[in-house]
Amino acid sequence: MSPNVLALLPEIILTLAGVFIMLAEPCLKAGSSRKPLGWLAIAGTVGSIVASWYQIQFGTLHAFSGTIQVDAFSVLFHFVIASVVLVTLLGSLDYFEGNASHTGEYFALSLFGAVGMMLMTCSVELLMVFVGLEISSISTYIMCGFRKGHATGSESSIKYFLLGSFATAFFLYGVALAFGATGSTNIYAIAHGLETTTTPALAFTALALILIGLGFKVSAAPFHVWTPDVYQGAPAPVVGLMSTAPKAAAFAVLLRITFTGFPTYQHRWAILLWVLAALSMTIGNLGALMQRDVKRMLAYSSIAHAGYIMVAFTAFPFDGIAAACFYTATYAAMNVGAFAVITQIAGYDERARSIDDFTGLGQKRPYLAALLSFFLLSLIGIPFTGGFFGKFYVFSAAIHGGNVWLAVIGLLNSGVACFYYLRLLAAVYTRPGSESTRLNQLRRISVPAAIGLALAAVATGVMGILPNGAVSFAEYASHSTLIEQGRQECAASPDSCHLQLDFDVK
Amino acid sequence: MNIDHTILTVITFVPLVGAVLLALLPDKGRLMQWGALAVTLLTFLCTLHLPAHYNYAAASGTFQFEQNSAWINSPAIRYHLGVDGLSMWLIVLTGFLAPLGVLVSWNTVGDRKKLFYTLFLLQQVAMLGIFVSLDLFLYYAFWELSLVPMTLLIATFGRTANRRRAAIKYFLYAFIPSATLLVGMLWLYGRTGTFQLPELAQLAAAHNISGNNAALWLASLSFLLAFAVKVPAFPLHGWLTDAISEAPTAAVMVLVGKLGLYSILRFSFSIFPDQSRHIAPLMIALGAIGIVYGALIALVQKDLKQLAAYGALGHVSVVILGIFTFTIAGLDGGIYATLNEGIGAGAFFILLGILYERYGTYDMRDYGGLAARLPWMVTLFVITTMSVIGLPMLNGFVGEFLVLTGAMQSVIAHHVAWTVLATTGVILTASYMLWMIQRVFYGDLNDNTADVPVPDVTAREHLALWPLIAVMLLMGVISPYWMRAIDTVGTYLAREPQSLEPAASILPIDTQTQIPAAQEATK
Repeated sequence: MSPNVLALLPEIILTLAGVFIMLAEPCLKAGSSRKPLGWLAIAGTVGSIVASWYQIQFGTLHAFSGTIQVDAFSVLFHFVIASVVLVTLLGSLDYFEGNASHTGEYFALSLFGAVGMMLMTCSVELLMVFVGLEISSISTYIMCGFRKGHATGSESSIKYFLLGSFATAFFLYGVALAFGATGSTNIYAIAHGLETTTTPALAFTALALILIGLGFKVSAAPFHVWTPDVYQGAPAPVVGLMSTAPKAAAFAVLLRITFTGFPTYQHRWAILLWVLAALSMTIGNLGALMQRDVKRMLAYSSIAHAGYIMVAFTAFPFDGIAAACFYTATYAAMNVGAFAVITQIAGYDERARSIDDFTGLGQKRPYLAALLSFFLLSLIGIPFTGGFFGKFYVFSAAIHGGNVWLAVIGLLNSGVACFYYLRLLAAVYTRPGSESTRLNQLRRISVPAAIGLALAAVATGVMGILPNGAVSFAEYASHSTLIEQGRQECAASPDSCHLQLDFDVK
Repeated sequence: MNIDHTILTVITFVPLVGAVLLALLPDKGRLMQWGALAVTLLTFLCTLHLPAHYNYAAASGTFQFEQNSAWINSPAIRYHLGVDGLSMWLIVLTGFLAPLGVLVSWNTVGDRKKLFYTLFLLQQVAMLGIFVSLDLFLYYAFWELSLVPMTLLIATFGRTANRRRAAIKYFLYAFIPSATLLVGMLWLYGRTGTFQLPELAQLAAAHNISGNNAALWLASLSFLLAFAVKVPAFPLHGWLTDAISEAPTAAVMVLVGKLGLYSILRFSFSIFPDQSRHIAPLMIALGAIGIVYGALIALVQKDLKQLAAYGALGHVSVVILGIFTFTIAGLDGGIYATLNEGIGAGAFFILLGILYERYGTYDMRDYGGLAARLPWMVTLFVITTMSVIGLPMLNGFVGEFLVLTGAMQSVIAHHVAWTVLATTGVILTASYMLWMIQRVFYGDLNDNTADVPVPDVTAREHLALWPLIAVMLLMGVISPYWMRAIDTVGTYLAREPQSLEPAASILPIDTQTQIPAAQEATK
């Protein structure tokens, strides 16, 4: 197999599946079920997971003139993204059934979005990152407004589109300035160029602009204002997808750009990320306290979780990258799980919106309620869940890096966070009043949706109880990027080569 | 097959298996009650294995029934369990109280029995896990876990409409200091590279934990604060009265005291021996104030549960006073009083619960002159009261006496006035308890309750109470049976940190030569 094809195998599979769905859609009779297309999308996603697994045995792959680099790091993020898409697709097979005429596009768009996100995680060329960012963003803009008949859906889509384009412009501007300062848009060349650049201020401005652009994508405060409105209006499965997968991709890019592209400026950008992390955690959690709408509440909670991940950036490179990878994976599992439950409960016409609408769920649907509680407890960070070990890992890395106070801020924040998650949890297990009829119309949960939920729950549980495998993978990912970074450094300037190969990998 | 190396795992996870089974079984008839009773009795039987096979000759500072296997490689976290004289009796106590808790909840929990008993068993798992863990991470996991079932029990099975507020208050009070506790633990890990308690204790004893003085102090305070809130020590008891007055009887029985007190003894004292001794005068003062404050407030209560809550505050303050004297008498007495708290408060809360079941009120003004109608009830109330106020021959006396003796002997710089103040607490405790008996059971019949036809203590309730009464008597008369194991821990913790053998926990030869000498000195 040509190295170019091998390197992009998962993306190619997804693209082919997506294109095929687009072509098949018009051939189906209007009004007939679009489920076969959904199954096709699921098959494509599974195929891409298998392809990623296949790639890992080749170590680090370079393709397309050094713009693509597939290593354990990108494979890890491929897994996360593909799994999120898989769980979302399984949960939304029935979601649109009988409600929308354009369901086929939804499946195709999910796949195209995943292609974009995967491209982001495996490119080491900022322009390539930009292409991936655009592919994924445009897909999600459309998916946000998928409930065409609903005003909030359109509002969500437009808001996300306008603000998102604005943020992308920031990113692009940052890339341009980085080119100006260092003469390249390849992150290894940037890292090399930074050592000899005559305009360090320009380079740092470039980094700051890139940070704004990506800060928007991960909804870090103070670039978070779009999040609650967009999440509220978008369909629940889409929110589950866009609150996890694009964020994972954006964090992957951010990790590469900061630790690999601008390592010489770590003492500077670490301060920026310190501030962003503290702000995101605080604003996210305090904001969530005020919300009565569950999706808005989880929107603020996702801002806070972005903050927790950014805490990892203040640690030493090896710890930091591994911790950020691990937390991204756990966050993806538990958040997509929580939204998958909400998808099942709320349905297409959003029967249950506010916290009060969830009253009595514990009695009516004990299993769904138990799953929702599990995901919420994991989001809180209760022991023996992925969320707990993730937080533990991130804060342990930060404290190892000397940022004790950021850890204190973060953990106090998780105390505040309990309050709003518990409010929802308490409602779930409160006896319903007689007038509550919203939950009476619940359909039986379908088998695929149940499988999706089980996948998310198992992932969350395993990462909490037996995290060894996931931790080793995260450490391996961290290791592989740092090794490659060292190699590239040595290739660029053999004189000052200090290749460090003895990372502590077990 | 030797089960000594797996018994702690069995003890901890039998209730978990039980909880899963109950969650899957249908909620029909009395299936839930019988199931929970079977599981808790089984757990209790397993815990009895510990005192039966405990090696009293082992060097102090070592752990028995140890299980130590790799769990997570990075950070280095091990599945490390073990008990010593301190945790062994607390585990047995936890196992002992659980079936009684099921018995008293038999009829009081009407609907959603499945949820109740599942949460109750999960709470058991968390508590047992706290007592057996020797790995800081594992311990912390159980510590955090213990919050969830209790919060949900209060929030869903609370008595009045105030229950959600009480639950959230309890949760936040406990969770926020736990967050700083985690920072302290991670900092410690960053310094030492280990989460293993024996190793940490060894490093601490040899003053080998690097870090400047201020950082060590902050870390030690993060530990102490989290534990003191959970105890609760005066003045951190803000959550106590709300939680106690809302929580169902079975939950109240395990709410106060032992988790926090155990953690102070185990973690604060071993990992921060110097800092604990430096802060001891303050804690002694707070303990003495807590005793008097709790008793005085209890004296003016009209609500029985509020009275019991402030009484409990007074009793845990006795323990705080005792253990921070760093004398053998004080520590032994403190640990003994921790057990007493579990037994005495357990019995008292059960009695209050069955009184409430009959009359539907905790207001003492609604009661009066019940002695003639409920002869069994009044007998049991009086015995429990005697135990709580520390009458000789009953368990309360042993603990209290040792604590006050220790407070007099202590070389920790503190004013003797604190001990005097604490001693007045004995009188005040007697006052509020006896006055309570007088108001509820003697005097004129009250119109509000006189006409309610109620049965005396039923067979099931007898079954829940007599074991406690028997233990009170036994612990009062043959205290050395318990003290043997407790004393090894008390002696170990009372030694000056300078004289602590650096390798005490792995070199038993060294310690064996020292301990008998230390024990001789105290006799």
